[in-house]
Amino acid sequence: MKTKGRVFKYGDNIDTDVIIPARYLSTADPEELKKHCMEDIDKEFIKDVKPGDIIVGQKNFGCGSSREHAPIAIKASGISCVIAESFARIFYRNSFNIGLPIIESTEAAEKIEAGDEVEVDFDNGKIKNITKGETYKAQSYPEFIQKIIQRNGLVNYIKAKV
Amino acid sequence: MGMTMTQKILAEHAGVKCVEPGQFIEAKLDMVLGNDITGPVAIKEFYKMGANKVFHKDKVALVPDHFTPNKDIKSADQCKYMREFAHSQGVTNYFEIGEMGIEHALLPEKGLVVAGDVVIGADSHTCTYGALGAFSTGVGSTDMAAGMATGESWFKVPSAIKLNLIGKPSKWVSGKDIILHIIGKIGVDGALYKSMEFVGDGIKNLTMDDRFTISNMAIEAGAKNGIFPVDELTKDYIKSHSNRAFKIYEADTDAFYDEEYTIDLSILRPTVSFPHIPENTRTIDQVGEVNLDQVVIGSCTNGRIDDLRAAAKVLKGKKVKKGLRAIIFPATQSIYLQAMEEGLIRIFIEAGAVVSTPTCGPCLGGHMGILAEGERCIATTNRNFLGRMGHVKSEVYLASPAVAAASAIAGKIYNPEKLEGGLR
Repeated sequence: MKTKGRVFKYGDNIDTDVIIPARYLSTADPEELKKHCMEDIDKEFIKDVKPGDIIVGQKNFGCGSSREHAPIAIKASGISCVIAESFARIFYRNSFNIGLPIIESTEAAEKIEAGDEVEVDFDNGKIKNITKGETYKAQSYPEFIQKIIQRNGLVNYIKAKV
Repeated sequence: MGMTMTQKILAEHAGVKCVEPGQFIEAKLDMVLGNDITGPVAIKEFYKMGANKVFHKDKVALVPDHFTPNKDIKSADQCKYMREFAHSQGVTNYFEIGEMGIEHALLPEKGLVVAGDVVIGADSHTCTYGALGAFSTGVGSTDMAAGMATGESWFKVPSAIKLNLIGKPSKWVSGKDIILHIIGKIGVDGALYKSMEFVGDGIKNLTMDDRFTISNMAIEAGAKNGIFPVDELTKDYIKSHSNRAFKIYEADTDAFYDEEYTIDLSILRPTVSFPHIPENTRTIDQVGEVNLDQVVIGSCTNGRIDDLRAAAKVLKGKKVKKGLRAIIFPATQSIYLQAMEEGLIRIFIEAGAVVSTPTCGPCLGGHMGILAEGERCIATTNRNFLGRMGHVKSEVYLASPAVAAASAIAGKIYNPEKLEGGLR
């Protein structure tokens, strides 16, 4: 699987309160949530984002609350992948569970700049920066996570067990 | 190689002799928790999974505590959806307004978590129960759904950081100051994906409520869980709240830790976390002049009886600074009642504070204490992220109940030690 898009770049410790503020959590409708995605740190995000675009964060992306509304809002906004140096653990689980592709790469998080055109190949873990003509290596997924990815999220994984 | 306390609990619940850091396991769950924000999402996923019955009606807890008492029609709809699910499934541990409390204060109080348990909750502060010697961790709604459907959850076995607590904290230093100090030291991702295992002689000087506060904020250092060894105090607490059998796990003497820190509690100072990240800590001696509009005392972090007593000790016979809003919310109905019987509620009201029903409301900017543009609040809650408690241009400072109470009197961040000789 591959995805290609333009990059929105953010810093360290992007918390789930800024990804989707709690004042909007009285609904879990993805279409409602996406309207407010990232608004407290980037009001332009939701106006500019196009299907396939990519978010690049730095350390500890998605820290804070366990709200699954955060990866749901990002996915609904059209973002096809989040790249970061590291992810907060609950956000990490939630993303795989709901089928939002995320990938860890220190090199990519450091070198990719806002607006770069980037292609992610999930099969070989290569992140190609088309704008800069560079390629970065991502960390491979553990086998267990691959099983969840193959089933497009935890719901289908559990379906087989229930 | 030996195992940590967390690894031992996980191994037993996965039905294996030993586990190693990084290993993926599927473990049996003793409790699955959700609230009015995360529960409704989980219930929808639960049905999508093809499930129609929760794995065990006594091992699911549903607590409408975030936007309750219902703050608007949408929140009321979410609560209604969860309530109807609880009733149709015969879920024993559904707690309606009137008997509820903030989930992480409520579950231990109701005896629903004991030492040796594995608990997941669709709320990041589920790590609170580490204080009881249980493995507990926050997950999202889909994990909660899977837990409700199967009674199991997948985990990556964490490695660990050892925190050796020594010495006795001084009068105005509480569990909150200890955990803020630790987060300031190791950072908000200092324990990312790992267990924080607390050990050492200093633990005997910490009350259960101190320990709950410390475990509660392990997530603020990125940790998967924060766990305490079980001592006499823990056993007494569990026995007086639960009839369930519990199991004590101890780390092997040759358990491996990625890092070890020694924290001398006797030299810690009251500590405040400045906006907009919990690791941005300063001691009370370094805070400078920070004027305040609001003080919040409560939450799953600091809404227990010890916390209210500490606040009352400071507020007794004093007045909240004119123009400042002080909001105090006991974490559960039973704590509320106890505070009333001890005369604490009278002290708060006479001081000019408002006392609220248990709710998570203000902590996450839900309701019952939202900040306007440019306003500043000191809170005993757990997060001071941008816009956390209201307007994106408001500020939240995190501190202990004693510091928050002293600040309510002074109208600025204030050292409770200085109030002992009268306000200067």
